[in-house]
Amino acid sequence: MPILSLITYAPLLGVVGILALRLFGKPQDPKTVEASKWIALVATLATLALSVLLVVQFDPNEAGFQFVEEAAWFAGFSYRMGVDGISVLFVLLTAFLMPICIAASWKSIEKRVLEYMIAFLLLETLIIGVFCALDIVLFYIFFEFGLIPMFLIIGIWGGQRRVYAAFKFFLYTLLGSVLMLAAILAMIGISHTSSIPELMTYHFDPAVQRWLWLAFFASFAVKLPMWPVHTWLPDAHVEAPTAGSVILAGILLKLGGYGFMRFSLPMFPQASQFFTPLIFALSVIAVVYTSLVAFRQVDFKKLIAYSSVAHMGFVTMGIFSGNAVGEQGAIFQMLSHGVISGALFLCVGVVYDRMHTREIAFYGGLVTRMPLYAATFMLFTMGNVGLPGTSGFVGEILTMTGTYGVSTWTAIVAATGVILSAVYALTLYRRVVFGTITNVKLSTIGDLDWREVAIFAPLIAATLVLGVQPGLVMNLTQASVDHLVSAYQAAIGG
Amino acid sequence: MTFSADLGLAYPELILGVGALVLLVFGAFAPKAARLVGWGGVLVLAAATFQAATGPFGRGFAGGVIADDASAFAQVAIFVASAICIPLGQRWFERRGVHNFEFPVLIVLAALGMGMMVAAGDLISLYVGLELHSLALYVLAAMHRDNARASEAGLKYFVLGALASGMLLYGASLVYGFAGSTLFSDIAATVRHGANTGVLFGLVFLICGLAFKVSAAPFHMWTPDVYEGAPSPVVAFFISASKFAALVLLARLLAQGFGGAIVQWQQVLVALGLISVAVGAFAGLAQKNLKRLWAYSSIANIGYAIIGLSAGTAEGVQSMLVFMVLYMIDVVGFFACLAALSRQGRDMETFDDMAGLIKEQPGIALAMTAFSLSALGLPPFSGFWAKVFVFKAALNAGLPFAAVLGLVGSVVAAFYYLRLIKVMWFDAAAGATDAPPLEARVIAVGLALFSFPVVLGALIWIYPAAGRAAHAFGLA
Repeated sequence: MPILSLITYAPLLGVVGILALRLFGKPQDPKTVEASKWIALVATLATLALSVLLVVQFDPNEAGFQFVEEAAWFAGFSYRMGVDGISVLFVLLTAFLMPICIAASWKSIEKRVLEYMIAFLLLETLIIGVFCALDIVLFYIFFEFGLIPMFLIIGIWGGQRRVYAAFKFFLYTLLGSVLMLAAILAMIGISHTSSIPELMTYHFDPAVQRWLWLAFFASFAVKLPMWPVHTWLPDAHVEAPTAGSVILAGILLKLGGYGFMRFSLPMFPQASQFFTPLIFALSVIAVVYTSLVAFRQVDFKKLIAYSSVAHMGFVTMGIFSGNAVGEQGAIFQMLSHGVISGALFLCVGVVYDRMHTREIAFYGGLVTRMPLYAATFMLFTMGNVGLPGTSGFVGEILTMTGTYGVSTWTAIVAATGVILSAVYALTLYRRVVFGTITNVKLSTIGDLDWREVAIFAPLIAATLVLGVQPGLVMNLTQASVDHLVSAYQAAIGG
Repeated sequence: MTFSADLGLAYPELILGVGALVLLVFGAFAPKAARLVGWGGVLVLAAATFQAATGPFGRGFAGGVIADDASAFAQVAIFVASAICIPLGQRWFERRGVHNFEFPVLIVLAALGMGMMVAAGDLISLYVGLELHSLALYVLAAMHRDNARASEAGLKYFVLGALASGMLLYGASLVYGFAGSTLFSDIAATVRHGANTGVLFGLVFLICGLAFKVSAAPFHMWTPDVYEGAPSPVVAFFISASKFAALVLLARLLAQGFGGAIVQWQQVLVALGLISVAVGAFAGLAQKNLKRLWAYSSIANIGYAIIGLSAGTAEGVQSMLVFMVLYMIDVVGFFACLAALSRQGRDMETFDDMAGLIKEQPGIALAMTAFSLSALGLPPFSGFWAKVFVFKAALNAGLPFAAVLGLVGSVVAAFYYLRLIKVMWFDAAAGATDAPPLEARVIAVGLALFSFPVVLGALIWIYPAAGRAAHAFGLA
């Protein structure tokens, strides 16, 4: 059974269903709109079920690619899918967050609902495709095609400056990506293959490696994003609708980290080693600088957006530490951040839906009117800070441990980021939740309803379970990470 | 070769020539039956396509006509594009009160000229084919004769086209003078061990003349004005079939006539390609009229095709052929959308006209979105594959700077394609549009579906066919 293609294209069945509604039904009818939401929810839940099945069937002792599908295409390219320990959990994360996004948009999206659902389902297909693709051209197609639905999501359903944000997002990412495309074509020209497993074992000339590495870096650094090319992110986050921000922070940013692990490290090991100091420097700048920037924000969403950049700094640091602990930590940090930052954007969405402002100063004293919300928000704030017991702690401690042996100073400076994140996150929490209600508009604000509780419940569970039992993830990633690290160490002669 | 065998090689052209004359006579005696003439033209082109695809290969007419994989590939693509433009254009003219049967006849005559161009084996048949097709195009540009802008476009096109023809002839005479023959194969024998200055001088003029015809910068000045004035279906024909024919002709001339002087013409083509990409990308940013915008977009895209050709390898020619076939789909499709759209009888051709089109005409707006993204080169649309092959060929031929600069140019151009999408999707609707004619709608949606997803399967066939065609040119 071609389970990976099935998972990848399952959301498209939902697209077909909604398109049929659009063409043959009455698109403006509230019943049609309602039906489209249910179709989207069912399609994403079906994808989630298939992904769970995939993870259950996944053999954790096998380091190579599993569930491989292969068919020749034209010009030497091929349709090739497969997952290993590094990618399989991202498939699950995507499938896990998507139904939550659909549910979170249930009431807050009021115009062009059918198109919105189509855009999200299409986006899910493309993101899962990125993680499953084993042909470098196929990877690029999924990677780049995802810009279009995201451009539309920000541009149509976004806030005040949505057009500016959508253009900035698109053009920034596109510039990085076309350089990667040039590198991809050059690699195919040199090695005469477009298969990712074969490229991983191909030895590129070290001088060529540096150029190729830089081209891939241009794309992934923008996507991740790393300082100083992160400036598109706060704009995109602030303007995107809540679910768009969840997908952006939860999954799209991870494409950058995944790209570094899948391409830069195994394919250009010498260049990776050569550029490691650069990555470390940019990582600690991201951790310290963007944490300080986050502290000064007056916009709820922008603060969390900057905190995302800071947390991604730990990821790049871990990836380029080049040892198993660092890599494991980076993967874990990405998964954990996917859950926690997604949840934090949903927390913003909850109050934004009620008050239609993201200004932090507008809020205060929510705990008196919204106890459930306060508790939920507290948990994810703690996860963001990296409190032991939540998943945020595991990723940070592992990446820092992994880096400590390679570059002690990097790890020490990055550790201050943990304190800084506590400073901005707890300050935010205090200003929004504690105190007494001084703003009269807040006096009638309602607590979470059952739909919102249902949205948060799986996220809370994931944060706590991963925090207490990180082995669930580590076992799956172990074999592939060991393989990656040993190949990398052998290539750089360490 | 016997004369009858020679004629056998030229069957596609003969079908078109005889067909055009018959249609002309028929139209003259039955002027009310313009539609019938139109479908007759489609039929003639279909017959010629079939003959081109299945006909015998060889050299005939003392080397003046070459029928090979390349000519067959190009003729099929050109004739199909021409046939699509006939119903599109006829309906457009009808809706504007112009009932003329000459339109399909001129398209068939232009297709005949283009068929000769791609099968030309010496400078004379090259010129005859080129002029036949150019003259038909000048008339087509001014076909909407009561419209001042169309007349201006026709005149401008004619004057500058004549200048280009003059340069081409001058180059041809120099080459003939220094090489002693007009046959490509004889010229190739002369330049095999390095070309002398006289031949190279002639070659540069030939390239400039053809650069005019494909509107590569810096010979692009006429393009925006002509495309803005000419009717949309005619512009579709200009950018698609006509440019493809001229590029195949250029490829054949360079490969089969000047294969020994690759080093010399490669630099010229790289410069032409990169300047075109830059001009097309930056000048397009300031446009308000979509037809002008797509004129600049076509300049940039022709630049990409020339970058592919500049690789000077069989892979490069192959990439150029695939590029042009896929680009033709975008262009014809986009102008079919423009031909379909009007508001109270007035053509919609500016950004402002397109505001909120997704609500008024979702099908056409989606098609235009697909064509714009494809022209931008975003996967998985056809334009992405076109660019992939071109840049791959350039990289493999040792031209990394051309590839990287070309790609960066596409990011600049991305801004104006996105702006069109933004206007159509994000802005408030500008008012009701007229019901689009069936032909244009079918062509637009059909080509959009080809652009994605059909292209993913079609390339399995197109790519190797272009490969065989490229190898017919005899480059390494």
